[in-house]
Amino acid sequence: MTAVPEALDQRFRDAAAVAGLLDVSYDIADTPVGPLLVAVTELGLCRISYDPEPDRQVEELARTFGSRILRAPRPLDPVKRELDEYFEGRRHEFDLPVDLRGRTDFSRLVLEQLARVPYGEVTTYGSLAARSGRPKAARAVGTIMNRNPIPIVLPCHRVVGSTGSLVGYGGGLDRKRLLLDLEHAPV
Amino acid sequence: MEAVSIPPFERFYEEHRTAVFGHLVRLLGRQRAEDAFQETFLRALRGYPALRHGRHLKAWVFTIATRVAVDESRRERPRTTITDEPTGEPERPAYAQLEHLAEELPDKERAAVVLRYGYDLPYDQIADALDSSEDAARQAASSGVRRLRRRLT
Repeated sequence: MTAVPEALDQRFRDAAAVAGLLDVSYDIADTPVGPLLVAVTELGLCRISYDPEPDRQVEELARTFGSRILRAPRPLDPVKRELDEYFEGRRHEFDLPVDLRGRTDFSRLVLEQLARVPYGEVTTYGSLAARSGRPKAARAVGTIMNRNPIPIVLPCHRVVGSTGSLVGYGGGLDRKRLLLDLEHAPV
Repeated sequence: MEAVSIPPFERFYEEHRTAVFGHLVRLLGRQRAEDAFQETFLRALRGYPALRHGRHLKAWVFTIATRVAVDESRRERPRTTITDEPTGEPERPAYAQLEHLAEELPDKERAAVVLRYGYDLPYDQIADALDSSEDAARQAASSGVRRLRRRLT
């Protein structure tokens, strides 16, 4: 067997992205909350996952956005740079377009409202439900937070229970605590 | 036949890149295989959305690789003289006339016919592309040819 030289492999992955032939490009980003799988489409950031084992994510991303998915680091450079700046405390707002295809209208509405919760502040599930036009849908909002496709950038860690308890987090409560501490949030 | 879904491209690439590279090195030598490798998988990406199922993907990508290698060889050896006398081998005119018919063959037979008669690959390499034995590759090529003959008569 003649192994493919690493430089050649990398060159192909870059060329595929530059030629605009990919539905989804993804990579793994090393961060203080562990390795994250990050993925973009031509429309924007479409996934941040705490599960660094790509297989399951890749299957799911292919179903949602198209089968031409490849680990191609170059298109992820802006995302990784902004995440680095965020974890260094130098960035309080992300300047990245997002791609929320495959979500229901209500999910999209809630996630758009979520994106407006400022750095270092927290809100409640009920309040977010009210701002999304369905004040009684706090539980549904909880589910949407739990399935948030782009945590950190869409800051579901800033959503807490009405008593101020952290309640839950898709990436585990330790990570939620770490992110809120990083932002010096009042919880 | 059971439907075989099309895998995410990353999985397809991971699964076949080593074999495709080896195939290209055998056809072109190490240096030129590198350019052909990239072109092969870029062509595969372009064609990927048109695939209707995930069967015989190795044969499919080997066919692309072989086509790229042939293009590469022709590009490297441009004709410098024009002569009325035929020189060297003809450029597979017989196969060129049959190529459009081969499109209608079942996947495996088409790949075997294209690789054998279009590109003169030996049966051991065709077997490699089809993930089958040499005998099975020979059989696929000959039943493909029989099918083509029936269509022509």
